[in-house]
This record gives sequence, C-alpha cells and structure tokens, in this order.
Amino acid sequence: MADAKEMKKVLFGPILDNNPIALQVLGICSALAITTKLETALVMSLALTTVVSFSNLFISLIRNQIPSSVRIIIQMTIIASLVIVVDQILRAYTYEVSKQLSVFVGLIITNCIVMGRAEAYAMKSPPLLSFLDGLGNGLGYSFILICIGIVKELFGFGTILGFEILPVVQNGGWYQGNGLLILPFSSFFLIGGMVWFIRTIRPEQVEPKE
Amino acid sequence: MEHYISLFVRSIFIENMALSLFLGMCTFLAVSKKVKTAMGLGAAVVVVLGISVPVNQVIYVNILAPGALAWAGFPDADLSFLNFLTFIGVIAALVQILEMSLDKFFPALYNALGIFLPLITVNCAIFGGVAFAVQREYNFTESVVYGVGSGVGWAIAIVLLAAVREKLKYADMPEGVRGLGSVFMIAGLMALGFQSFTGIAL
Repeated sequence: MADAKEMKKVLFGPILDNNPIALQVLGICSALAITTKLETALVMSLALTTVVSFSNLFISLIRNQIPSSVRIIIQMTIIASLVIVVDQILRAYTYEVSKQLSVFVGLIITNCIVMGRAEAYAMKSPPLLSFLDGLGNGLGYSFILICIGIVKELFGFGTILGFEILPVVQNGGWYQGNGLLILPFSSFFLIGGMVWFIRTIRPEQVEPKE
Repeated sequence: MEHYISLFVRSIFIENMALSLFLGMCTFLAVSKKVKTAMGLGAAVVVVLGISVPVNQVIYVNILAPGALAWAGFPDADLSFLNFLTFIGVIAALVQILEMSLDKFFPALYNALGIFLPLITVNCAIFGGVAFAVQREYNFTESVVYGVGSGVGWAIAIVLLAAVREKLKYADMPEGVRGLGSVFMIAGLMALGFQSFTGIAL
C-alpha cells in the first residue's frame, strides 16, 4: 500500500515538476483554443479533471481483465462514456458555456492527457493511486489553463470572470485592450513563455542540445 | 462544382485544422522534428480523415440523428447523445482496418505509414473533423471534400513546421526556451500567418 508521501508526489507532482502541458506535451489543443475567457477555461478544467480522474480509476479497476490487444478500444469506450456524461451535465446546467466550448467537450475523448495517463499510469497502478494521478494531471492542466485564461481576459478585455478590473477605453476608462491577446493563437506565445518560465525555475527539465 | 472547390480551399487554408482551429496539436508539436516523418504522418492523416468523415456522416444521418431511425420503424428515436461514443468507435475501427489491410496488400505503404496509424486514433484533428462535419450538417459529397481538404491542410501545416524546426537546430537559443518552448512560439507565428486568410470570402 502506498504511503502518504508517495500519494502526495503523485497528486502534486504534475503541477510544476511533471506538468502535462509544459513537459509531457499532452492535451494542448484545448489549452490553446478555449482559453480566451477565464470562465470557459474554468469549466473546461473542471470537465477534464473529472474525466481524467475517473477514467484512470475505472481503467485501473479492470486493468487485469483487459487483453492488451484491444486495450485502446476499451480505454476509448470508458473515456467516451464519461465524456458523454460530462457533456450532458454541462448542457443541462451551463448551457451558454457549453455552446462556447462546442466540439471541445467532445474532444476531451481524444485529449492525449486522458489517453496518455490511462496508458502510462492507470494500466499498471492500483486504483487509488491512479485516481490521484488523474486528479494531479487534471490540476496541472487546469493550472496552465487558468493562468492563460487570466492573462488573456485581464489584458485582452480588462475583465476577470466578467467583472471589470481595468476600465477599458470603450467604457470611458483608460485601459486600451490588447487586441492580440483576444485572438486564440496568442496562447501559443503565452504557453511558450510559461514553458520557458517553468524551465528557468526547474532547470532539470531543459532539453539536451541535439 | 464551384461550391466544392471553395469548400476544399476553405478547409485547407482558412479553416486550417492545425493553425486556425488548433486541432491535432499534440502530434503536431511532438512528431514534427523531421520533414520526412512529418510527411508520412501528414499523408496518413489525409487518408484517415478522407475516409472517416464521410463514414461517420453517413452513420450519423441514417442512425443517430433525431428521427433518423424512421426507416426501421422508430420515428421517435433520438440517439444523438451516443454521437461521441460512435464516432470514436468508428475511427478506432477504421484505423485498425486500414492498418491491417495496408499490411496485407500494400506492405511498402505500410512500412512508411504503419507506425503513425495507431497515433492517429487519438489525434484530435480526426475527431474534430468528424464533429465539425456533423455539426455543420454537410451532405455526403461535402463531407468527402471537407475530410480530404482538412487533412491536406493539416499535412501542409506539419510539414512547414518540421521544415522550420530542421533549420532551427542551428539556432543558439536560451536554455529554457530550447525545444518545446521554441516550438510553441514558431507555431504561434505560423498561426499568425494563417490568420491572414481569415478575411478571404469564397
């Protein structure tokens, strides 16, 4: 049985030391496309964290019964069922946000974080640890998404979660919104910058020169 | 005919899968170190998108859409909530069939594309293409054109990125930004370039 220290490592490791986006290169599509507003970023983080923790849990529970030749399809089926549940819940309770997310909720199925963690961790670890690993990776993903969401919304629109922080020129304030940050591709630069930042404080992640 | 050509061009450039819609990013960033592998992966994506988009479109229209089961005697059935599960199942099965038949009938092609095929099941560009085609209610011919077009767009983008990265090997960058950080920024600049297509109306 894993001790508390191991659990803590599995849960908090992925936030800075082994971040799914910044180090493992997983789950980037949605991180780029839906972070224009903090609200969508929050909903997406929540949805992904739920899916990745529970898919890890369920896959780990049946890992000894899965024949390895069809494991991808089985993992896919479990993940897809979870995503359908999340999608239906989002549509029922936060209809506006789920419309903004459009196909990206469905894309959680092919989000490599979910598949990657199922394949790399849940297939060979006990259920509780797998669940924590999923939760930790979900939090690592959320951390990046929320940082980017805050930067983009604050400097692009002058608001956070719709509340005005920097009064923009259009409403008689002094802040001229940064048009570049409203466009989706600016997340590329922000994530690139975050990778740089994380690697500066964690130099062991620097890639060797080819 | 004109309609299809404009759809084709639009799906390649204006709605480029990788650089405008940010789909298939994980493989886009991870497998773009060499132009040659990028080309192989690009070709595999074109093939899989070109087949799976129309197949899923047919399945959705005839089985899953609300009221689609009227031909089987269930006019009130609405199975559209099963869409994700069906799409991903069909994509996984198609990739598997493609891999086996390539292995059997075209060994040379299999050797070139084979290692990329399993990667493609989890490539969000495929799933995204299918989901968009269904959401926009394309008919069969449109979905063939859209599938092939968006595949070609993705392939162009990954080959371009790989070409830039091959040159960038000689650049002297700060340590922290070397590798992944720089790839993000290059992809960002390329996406900026592709933004210039957005204003074009066809």
